[in-house]
Amino acid sequence: MAIAGPITYYGTLPQVPPDWPGGFWGHWGTFVGIILVFVLTLVMGFIWVERRGIARFQARVGPNRVGPFGLLQPVADAIKVLLKEDIIPASGDKVVHWLAPVVAFVPVLLIFAVVPFWDGALLADLNIGILYVVAVSSLTTIGIFMAGWGSNNKYSLLGAMRAIAQVVSYEIPLVLSLVAVVLLAGSLSLNDIVRAQNIPFILLQPLGFFIFFLAACAEINRTPFDLLEAESEIVAGFHTEYSGMKFALFYLVEYAEAVAISAIIATLFLSGWRGPLLPPFLWFLLKVFAVFFLIFWVRSTIPRLRVDQVMAFAWKFLLPLAFLNLLITGVQVIVWQGVLPWPVIFVNLAIMVVLIVGWSSFFRLGGGRVEV
Amino acid sequence: MVLKAEPFVVNLGPVHPSTHGVFRLRATLDGEVVVNIEPVIGYLHRGIEKLAEGRTYTQNIPFTDRLDYLASMSNNLAYCLAVEKLAGITVPERGDYLRVIMAELQRLASHLIAVGAFLNDCGAFMTPILYMLREREKILDHFEMVSGQRLTYAYMRIGGVSQDIPEEFLPALGKFVAGMPGYIDEYDGLIKENEIFLARTKGVGILPKDLAINISASGPVLRASGVKWDIRKADPYSVYDRFEFDIPTGTAGDCYDRYRVRVEEMRQSVRILQQAMAQIPKGKVRTEIPLTFRPPVGEAYGHVEAPKGELGFYLVSDGSIAPYRFHCRAPSLINLTALRDMMIGWKVADAIIIFGSIDICMGEVDR
Amino acid sequence: MTVALSGKEIAARLAKQFPGSIIEATGNTILVKADSLPEVAAFLKNAPDLSFDYLVSLTAVDYWDYFEVVYRLTSIPRNHSLVLKVRCQGRANLHLPSVTGLWRGADFQEREVYDLFGIAFDGHPNMKRIFMWEGFQGHPLRRDYL
Repeated sequence: MAIAGPITYYGTLPQVPPDWPGGFWGHWGTFVGIILVFVLTLVMGFIWVERRGIARFQARVGPNRVGPFGLLQPVADAIKVLLKEDIIPASGDKVVHWLAPVVAFVPVLLIFAVVPFWDGALLADLNIGILYVVAVSSLTTIGIFMAGWGSNNKYSLLGAMRAIAQVVSYEIPLVLSLVAVVLLAGSLSLNDIVRAQNIPFILLQPLGFFIFFLAACAEINRTPFDLLEAESEIVAGFHTEYSGMKFALFYLVEYAEAVAISAIIATLFLSGWRGPLLPPFLWFLLKVFAVFFLIFWVRSTIPRLRVDQVMAFAWKFLLPLAFLNLLITGVQVIVWQGVLPWPVIFVNLAIMVVLIVGWSSFFRLGGGRVEV
Repeated sequence: MVLKAEPFVVNLGPVHPSTHGVFRLRATLDGEVVVNIEPVIGYLHRGIEKLAEGRTYTQNIPFTDRLDYLASMSNNLAYCLAVEKLAGITVPERGDYLRVIMAELQRLASHLIAVGAFLNDCGAFMTPILYMLREREKILDHFEMVSGQRLTYAYMRIGGVSQDIPEEFLPALGKFVAGMPGYIDEYDGLIKENEIFLARTKGVGILPKDLAINISASGPVLRASGVKWDIRKADPYSVYDRFEFDIPTGTAGDCYDRYRVRVEEMRQSVRILQQAMAQIPKGKVRTEIPLTFRPPVGEAYGHVEAPKGELGFYLVSDGSIAPYRFHCRAPSLINLTALRDMMIGWKVADAIIIFGSIDICMGEVDR
Repeated sequence: MTVALSGKEIAARLAKQFPGSIIEATGNTILVKADSLPEVAAFLKNAPDLSFDYLVSLTAVDYWDYFEVVYRLTSIPRNHSLVLKVRCQGRANLHLPSVTGLWRGADFQEREVYDLFGIAFDGHPNMKRIFMWEGFQGHPLRRDYL
C-alpha cells in the first residue's frame, strides 16, 4: 500500500502541493474559490439532477421549461426565493432565528477543506482529516436546533428535537465504521486514504460502506430518515417558519450536505480521484454523482421511518454491526496482512450478508403503542 | 427515574399537508406520544342539506357531486336511487349497467387516490401517488368521454343516466380493464412487501371488530376489521346481484389491513367491470320523466357502497317539487368517530397515517 | 337483501315489554315515546333475535310542530333493518336522551343534529356544535332559518 509520509501540522502550515500554482496564499485563494464554485455549481446541478431523476422514477417529466432541458430551473428558483419577503415570527427569538441558517451552512462548506479533488489537490491536507470531517459535520445540527428553537413554532421544535436525537445517535455507528477504514488505510488524512485504495474500500469493507451510507443518510436527514422535516407530519419541521433568503440557505445546506457526504463516501470507499483513463477530477465527480444518485434513488423509493424505529435502528442494528465490523477488520488487518485481496473481498461480502440477515431477524414489525 | 415532560397542544390543520383538506386535529402530545385528540371540523361546511331543500330533485344532482368530490359518480348513484325509491321510478337495464360501470370505475379512482395519499402520509416521496394518478387519469378520460367532465360529472339522472355512451367508450374501457390488473400488481410490487411500510403500518391503529360495528364504521374501515359487510352484497341495489365478486376483509383491523382491503377491492372492481362489459344490453338508458316532478308524500332512504363506505340519502317529500328534507349519511364523517380510539397512545407520525388510512374526503365530512 | 322488518310486529313485542312506549307503527318504522327511547333502543340492540348492533344513520326532520329524530338501525349478523323515530314537541329548549352509550356511532351525528336543529341530547359526552363555530346563533337546518 502506497502511503505517503506523515504530513505535519504542528505549528507549521500545510505543504503546498508542488503541482499546484501559486505560493501559500495562492494555494489557499485558489482552493477557497474552487470549493465555493464546486459546492454551488454542484448543488445547482444536483438539484436539477434530482428533480429530473425523481421525475423519471415517478413517471413524469420534471422541470423542462427554463433553459435547455430545464437546466436553469434551479437558478430561477433561487431568484424567486431571494426576492421573497423575509418573515420572522413575531414571538420568535430574532437573533437565533437570523443566525441559524448561517450556523447550519458554514460547517458544510468547511467539510470540503479536506476533500481531495486530485492527488494532493485539497485546501488543507490535515493529518486528522477524517476526524475533522466528523467534528465539523455535526455542527450543522446546532444550526438546525437553533432554527427550531428560534422559530417559536411547535412543529419546528418537534423537528429540532428529532434532529438532535437522530444525529447524536447516528454519529456513533458513523464514526465506528470510519475507524475500520482508517485501520485499513493506516492514516486519517483523506488524501492518504485515497492513495491507500489500490482496491476501492467498498470491496474490502462492504459492511462498513453499508453502515456508513445509512448513518450518513440519517446525518443529512435524507429519506428514510427525514424525520426532522417530515412533510406529512410536522409540515416542514425546523424550517417551517423560514422564508426568502434564509429558507434558501437551508435548502442549500440540505443539498450541500448531500454533496459533502457523497464526496466523503466517494473518497473513503470508492477510491476518490483514482481511476483509469479519465482525469482524476472527473473520476471524483463521477463517483460523487454515483453516491448522490443512490441517495435520491432511496429517497424516491421508500417511505419514512417513525422516530422510535429510527432510534432502534441506530442503537440496536447499526451500532452492534459497526462494532462487529471493526472487530473483524482489526483481526483481518493483523492476520491477513499479506493475503491477496480477492479472498478477503469474498469473505467480507459473506460476512456482511450473514450479519445483516441474521441481525435483522431480531427485529419485529409493527407495534409501538404507549399506554397513556 | 421517569422523565415526564409537560404535555403540549399541537394544531394539526386546518392547513396541513396531510389532513386531506381542511380537517383540524387538536392533539395533546407528551413528547411524541398522542395523549388526547379533538377533531375540529366544519371548515368546508357549505350547507348542502339546506340548499337542497330549495332546489328541485333534478337540480340537486350537481350538489351531490360536491360532497365526496373524489367519488362523484357514487354520490350521484346514491341520490338517484333514493329519489327513484321515493317516486317509484324504474331504470332501463342498460342505464343500470352503465351506472354500475361508472360506480366501479369511480371506486377504482377513489381507491387509487386513497392508497396513494396514504403512502404519502407514510412519508413516501410522492412516488406511489404519482403512479396511481397515472391510472386515475385514464379513468377520468373515460368519464370525460361520457359526461364531458373530469371531476364533477353529474352524469346520472333520475331514471337512468344523462346520455348513452359514445361508441368508442366500451373498446377503450376494455383496454383499460385488461391493463388494470397489471398496474395493481405493479403497485403491490412497489408497496406490499416494503419492510419500512410494514413496520409503519402493521399493528398500528387497530380498530377491533366490535368497536368498528359499534361506532358505525363502514366501507374498507369496517371490512379491514374483519366484518364481511358490503351493501353491494348485503342489500344489492341496481344490478349488483348479477355479478360475481368477493368481499375482501382484513383480520387485524390495522392500517395495513385497511390498505390491503382497498387494493383487493380494486381487483374485485375490475372483475365487476369485466362482467358488466360482457353483459351490457342494448336499449334505452333513461326513463323519460319530466325535469320537474312531484313525488308522493313520504320518505325514502337509498344507499350504496361508496368507495369510502355506506353512502345514504334520506329524502322526505311533502309532495312538492323539492325535497322537504335532504339528509346525507356521509361515511367519511362517521368513520372519523373511530379516530380517537385508534390514535391515542401512538406517536404523531402514526396519528397521521392512521388518519390517512381512514380515507376521508372533507367535502363529505362537512357537507 | 336486507330485510325490512315489519314495524307492527316489533311494536307489538315492544308494547308487551315496555307498555305505553310505542305511539304508532307503520311499515318499517316505529314511533317511540321520547322517555322510553333508551330502554327500547337497548332492547332492540340486545335482544338476540333482533341484535341491531349497527346504527346506520341518525338525523332529524323539522315538521314545524315537532321535530322527528330518525334512527336507522341495521343488524349486521341478521341483515335486517328497522327505523326508529322519536318526536320532540315544540321549538325551544329541546331535549332527547342520547344513544351514544349503545351505539357510539351516534357521537358525531347527535352533535350534528344539535348543531343544525337545536335538539340537545342528554348524556352525550361532548354536546358541542360540530359544523358551525362556537357562538353561532340559530340552527341552520330548521325550516324557519333563512
